[in-house]
Amino acid sequence: MTDLASHAAALGAAPPRPTVSDRLKFYGIWLATAVALLVLPQVFSSGGSLTTFSLVGISIIFALSYNILLGQTGMLSFGHAVYYGLGGFLAIHAINIVGFHKWPIPLPLMPLIGGVAGLFFAALIGWVMTQRSGTAFAMISLGLAELVASSALILRTFFGGEAGISANRTKLFKVFGLSFGPQIQIYYLIAAWTLIAIIAMYALTRTPLGRMCNAVRDNPERVQFVGYDPHVVRYLAFCFSGFFAGIAGALAAINFEIANSAYLGATQSGTVLFSTYIGGIGFFIGPIVGAVFVTVLSLGLSDLTQVWQLYFGLFFIAVVAFAPGGITGLLMMHRPLIRAGMLQRMLPSYLIAVVPTLALCTGLMMMIETIVHYTVNPNESPNIKAFGIPFNAERPSVWAISAVLIIVGFILARMSWTRVGQTWDATLSAARAKVHAT
Amino acid sequence: MSPAMESNTPAIEIKGVEKSFGATKVIQNINLSIAQGERHALIGPNGAGKSTTFNLISGYMKPTSGSIKLRGEEVAGLRPFQINRRGLSRSFQVTNVFANMTVWENLRCAVLWSTGHRYAFWKNVDNLPVVRERTAQILEDIHLTSRRDVPAGLLTYAEQRALEIGITVAGGANVILLDEPTAGMSNAETERAVSLIRRLTEGRTLLIVEHDMSVVFGLADRISVLVYGQVIASGTPEEIRGNPKVKEAYLGEEAA
Ligand SMILES: Nc1ncnc2c1ncn2[C@@H]1O[C@H](COP(=O)(O)OP(=O)(O)OP(=O)(O)O)[C@@H](O)[C@H]1O
Ligand SMILES: [Mg+2]
Repeated sequence: MTDLASHAAALGAAPPRPTVSDRLKFYGIWLATAVALLVLPQVFSSGGSLTTFSLVGISIIFALSYNILLGQTGMLSFGHAVYYGLGGFLAIHAINIVGFHKWPIPLPLMPLIGGVAGLFFAALIGWVMTQRSGTAFAMISLGLAELVASSALILRTFFGGEAGISANRTKLFKVFGLSFGPQIQIYYLIAAWTLIAIIAMYALTRTPLGRMCNAVRDNPERVQFVGYDPHVVRYLAFCFSGFFAGIAGALAAINFEIANSAYLGATQSGTVLFSTYIGGIGFFIGPIVGAVFVTVLSLGLSDLTQVWQLYFGLFFIAVVAFAPGGITGLLMMHRPLIRAGMLQRMLPSYLIAVVPTLALCTGLMMMIETIVHYTVNPNESPNIKAFGIPFNAERPSVWAISAVLIIVGFILARMSWTRVGQTWDATLSAARAKVHAT
Repeated sequence: MSPAMESNTPAIEIKGVEKSFGATKVIQNINLSIAQGERHALIGPNGAGKSTTFNLISGYMKPTSGSIKLRGEEVAGLRPFQINRRGLSRSFQVTNVFANMTVWENLRCAVLWSTGHRYAFWKNVDNLPVVRERTAQILEDIHLTSRRDVPAGLLTYAEQRALEIGITVAGGANVILLDEPTAGMSNAETERAVSLIRRLTEGRTLLIVEHDMSVVFGLADRISVLVYGQVIASGTPEEIRGNPKVKEAYLGEEAA
């Protein structure tokens, strides 16, 4: 009797069970995402936007798979493209073989083959790699990535050398009469896989293994004293990560109908690290935000300036230095203020800080573009255009303006961001006090 | 009493254990036997090797030589999680929790293995009734219900110490090792912690390192005194209090 009573009492200490409205809200989000993915091509129907959406979907899966390692389990990998690339190559070969033998396997199942390829390779080499986390893991992942990327150029029969391996995705067994020739069909294929992969990876975070991944990230030592082998936890996380990376790679291969050594390369590994970190590794949606942001921006920026990668690098440095929680971290910081209804108190100081910051950025851009003009194409016309703004790179007045913008912008930006910090502290403690009072 | 507790296999039996760090021998030929169900205190001056002894028993370090048996089974040289799975759990002198996870999640992590969910990636962790019930029970036992959703890193010192004990006992281990659970606490906090320890280790074997003599003499069935890596005395609180060697080496000034 007493035992039952104490059990009942103790359960009161547990977090409340989700109510019906919580559940509806939860499933509502997924449903809304599904609907959004369905109607997106109706709203933006140009071929360019369909391609963009497809690339965004692929990089969302890739970035989320990366965050299973970095954000969830605390493992920094410099070679995640290996599993993406192998998934892509295996899918391409599978499409060719299945098409040749006319086996009744439709295209929408090919990403699964990519996933299994990523999983298989991760399972094969992961046990040794995940022995340690931290620097040792990072270094081994980098070495392995170099090894695989260079073998891609040597093992020509499998990787196709410089040219890569191509395939015709329309030659497979057809379901529902879909040929998967037009981009719109590929978009829906990618969208469906993106949704499935997001749900699966979210579900993974809610399992015993997913929770122990976080524990290993926080304190691998203590994990051992509650019965878990952190090595096994890291290994399993690594396998899952390889699986979803392989799916992303296969989707890319289907999208481009080719797989080449760039899939496996350092740039690809770097981009996924960028996207994930810029989006924010501390929240599940962080990598999604980062993947959308980086993909859209890199497609857009490459039209606007020649040295867009340089701007990406600068932006990445800025995020690491000033917003280690990434974009999502910055947004989530404001939750207590929103809850207390005090967000508007921050707006004036934000607006004041934005002006000199923009001036500083403009000055930096003018300087960078001028330097690029002199170092990269000194013999071309000095009337250059960056971000749609034309200016003359040889005119001293332009240099002067850029110098003034940088110096004055920097000084004012520093002052105004210090002010933002003070306002932030005051507003946050006011918000906390208000929440406590109610 | 359960049959296991009546059986006369010691919960922990240490024979001829030595531990050296390079040339320095920190533990010199320790012999120690702790009966099942006993509350045993390990006392001694700073640097005597108490924490090192815990590290050896719990698998955090390998003994240079000697044997350590857990209910008759040799465990020297096993990994910490292997020893934990055999029913031994320890706390740390310096708080060692999952700082970015909430109190609830900290305790739940400590419950998962022993409830058999292991590395499961096909179950929803929020839908495991036994896990939920046990976690809630421990949460209430350590009086942190109101702090359930706070990240462990943001707790006060005393709260973190309570969580440390909670994580240690949550898995239901039979043998509990607590390393200075009350260090740095106020008198009132110490009193609360002691009654908590008493309650949570009911029916289990407890080995506790403690500097507060009122705690030691109030809690322990037996006491061992460790000085310079050697057990100089082992016995009931009365025997230890009256032992001239102990007085000279350790209790001298403090018991006065
Ligand atoms: N990893 C290590 N490497 C080298 N020396 C160590 C190591 N761990 C402990 N020691 C040394 O072993 C001796 C015993 O340390 P231990 O931490 O076991 O003492 P203790 O009895 O727990 O002391 P305290 O009461 O201060 O906690 C100390 O001299 C310490 O410096
Ligand atoms: Mg100690």
